[in-house]
Amino acid sequence: MTSAIVVSGLHKSYGSTHALDGLDLEVATGEVHGFLGPNGAGKSTTIRVLLGLLRGDAGDVSLLGGDPWHDAATLHRRLAYVPGDVNLWPNLTGGEVIDLLGRLRGGLDEKKRDDLLRRFDLDPTKKGRTYSKGNRQKVALVAALASNVELLILDEPTSGLDPLMEEVFRQVIEEDKREDRTVLLSSHILSEVEALCDRVSIIRRGKVVETGTLSDLRHLTRTSIHAELAGSPNGLAQLPGIHGLDVEGNRVRCEVDTAQLDAVMRQLSASGIKSLVAQPPTLEELFLRHYEDDVPAEAEAAVR
Amino acid sequence: MNDFVGTGTLVRLALRRDRLLIPIWIVVFVISAAGSVKASIDLYSDQNALVEAARTSNASPALVSLYGRIFDESSLGEVSLFKLTAFGALLVGLLAGILVVRHTRTEEESGRLELLSAGVLGRYAALTAALIVSAGTVIVLGLVTALALMGSGLDTKGSFAFGLMWAGAGLAFAGVGAVTAQVTESARAANGLTAVVLGVAYVLRAIGDSSADGSTQWVSWLSPIGWSQQVRAYAGDRIVVLLIPLVFLVVLIAAATALIRRRDLGAGLVPPCPGPPQAAASLRSPLALAWRLHRGSFYAWGFAFLLLGLLVGNIASNVDGFVTSDSAKEMVQKLGGVEGITDAFLATEMGVMGLLASAFGIQAALRLRSEETALRAEPLLATGVTRARWLGSHVLMALLGTGALILVAGLGSGISSGASLGNMGRQVPRMLGAAAVQLPAIWLVTALVVILFGFAPKLVTGGWVLYGVFLLIGQFGEIFNLPQWMINLSPYGHTPRLPGGDFSVTPVLWLTAIAAALTVAGFATFRRRDIG
Repeated sequence: MTSAIVVSGLHKSYGSTHALDGLDLEVATGEVHGFLGPNGAGKSTTIRVLLGLLRGDAGDVSLLGGDPWHDAATLHRRLAYVPGDVNLWPNLTGGEVIDLLGRLRGGLDEKKRDDLLRRFDLDPTKKGRTYSKGNRQKVALVAALASNVELLILDEPTSGLDPLMEEVFRQVIEEDKREDRTVLLSSHILSEVEALCDRVSIIRRGKVVETGTLSDLRHLTRTSIHAELAGSPNGLAQLPGIHGLDVEGNRVRCEVDTAQLDAVMRQLSASGIKSLVAQPPTLEELFLRHYEDDVPAEAEAAVR
Repeated sequence: MNDFVGTGTLVRLALRRDRLLIPIWIVVFVISAAGSVKASIDLYSDQNALVEAARTSNASPALVSLYGRIFDESSLGEVSLFKLTAFGALLVGLLAGILVVRHTRTEEESGRLELLSAGVLGRYAALTAALIVSAGTVIVLGLVTALALMGSGLDTKGSFAFGLMWAGAGLAFAGVGAVTAQVTESARAANGLTAVVLGVAYVLRAIGDSSADGSTQWVSWLSPIGWSQQVRAYAGDRIVVLLIPLVFLVVLIAAATALIRRRDLGAGLVPPCPGPPQAAASLRSPLALAWRLHRGSFYAWGFAFLLLGLLVGNIASNVDGFVTSDSAKEMVQKLGGVEGITDAFLATEMGVMGLLASAFGIQAALRLRSEETALRAEPLLATGVTRARWLGSHVLMALLGTGALILVAGLGSGISSGASLGNMGRQVPRMLGAAAVQLPAIWLVTALVVILFGFAPKLVTGGWVLYGVFLLIGQFGEIFNLPQWMINLSPYGHTPRLPGGDFSVTPVLWLTAIAAALTVAGFATFRRRDIG
């Protein structure tokens, strides 16, 4: 499997702020890769380095087999980009912007353009200054999705879209996936990432802290178990990987490291299971686990 | 009173945001007024020369239509300031109008006002605050100007009449800005509308002032700029005339508040019209986009330059009519005959055109930075467009635009001076040549913006500062006895004085070479820096 994007040890500072601190990222050709992280984690900075808009201070970046800083314009013909913050020229219509960006990229699929305009319910005759945030976002989305490129780089593409339009966006990406297009999807909307992405990288303070398929990542977190047993449970407390154990007669509640699930289930069924509810970890939990130590720090900072 | 809640906070916010802009404007106005008086005192050493100058000006319909009439030909104050009476009132009006729109419609368009309106903010708070800031600015400007003029040796009453008539024009156009800000959805269009009203006001007073038999003089009274002239500073000091702009302001405020009651936040009176759903086949390159973005302002400037050129050429042909007395005729002979002074006049005015065209160049080049900070450059640079092509598209607009503007002015002045002097075939190429030699200095100043954009993008508006410094050096360098090396810093000082003067190719080549080097360095540095 070849890689559309390979980043290793990327550093980027603005003055004294260290935006990227040795970031590694690999996106395989043909996959939809989720790029997850809260505001300010370095997602947009990474993307702007990938586009050759910023120059990394150190580290290697390869995009579609080329160097995004030196071969920017050539590589850009093979990709389409949707910025997180879309600003349009006030006196150009949405339709004009879509065509202009498409042509500068080397062509636009007219049929796809019309189809997307219809599906996103976008009026292309309005002037840039009169669009709402969501509609500006749609203009950028149509411009990017209507071109037949190998790689889509989407920076929080659904910000400002209503839930109906988010659904349309998901369908369109699903279709692109079938056409073997590579997608780098930066987002903090976990359900979107869960629904669309083959693999996920979680970025925190300028570093990728976790990367893999969703099921890979689920192994790193805990499943919550709620069981009613035939007899009284025993030996549970000694098992490794069990957390927050709460035994009340024959009822058991606990959190289990997913890797230790098998041992815990054996122990439980030894006492005879009458009913069982097991909840798989959500991406939210996964995400929160990586950020939980940031939250109190921020809250403290706010108090100060 | 709920409608006004939060006004005080917004006034403080506006003053905080404009804490540099407003004082700089005030200083520029005060320096130009006081500088004119100082220059005139040096120029008109005896009373006869003063009266002579005033008479020749009043006798030329072209000068009267451009600057207005001198009511008291023996008043030093009026003669030395008459070029800044109507013209200064126009500029103060522009400042006042822009300030109001800047703190109302611009805020509304950007959505910042919505953020504030959701808090405790009265319906009229933004407009009231903008009017307080704008009116306060022009009143302070008028008072400081009055004090500076007194300091230059002019009488107290006349100086206050002059300062206050500037303020009066400012108040009238603060009112105009208050209304235009309600009418359109875009701040640019609101400013454009204010500029149109200013232009109409200027033309109305030109028609009234230049009325030969006095039958259409009343037309001047239809113009807020005409009211300022009718204060007749240093020639009667009719301060009471200023009641008219005050009443005008009150009426416009009433109109603006009525409009506010009737419209939604963010909406205008004129609904925006839809445009084409698809781009024209020609809109397929950064250059085509740049032309689309610059063309509106280019057409407006081009029209203004054509008019200015025609007007200047027309005034030039009247120059021999100014010369009536024997002493003046003698002086004319020394200056190289009638053609000598006509040429001297045309050369000076061409220099002014060069300064004005540079302002277009700077503004066009600054578009690069505003496109970048508004995040509109980023999506373009993420397509197959190289940085050099994107930068080049706007730089080309600035360089070719200034070239076209100055040549249009040269053509206009060549045609109108040639037509009245009866030698069109000679005058048109001469004036085109005189226009062309202005270009190297214009391009050099534009190139300064390009290198700043590449090398120190945060300091790019420093282009205006450099331009202002060059202007001040050119206008006042000799009056203030600056050392020669400082005077030499201004590129405009090296432009050959054409028509009529000696043409030497060396300074032209040097200016062009420096402009080219700065532009190339701008490209090289821009390719190496981060975007954003």
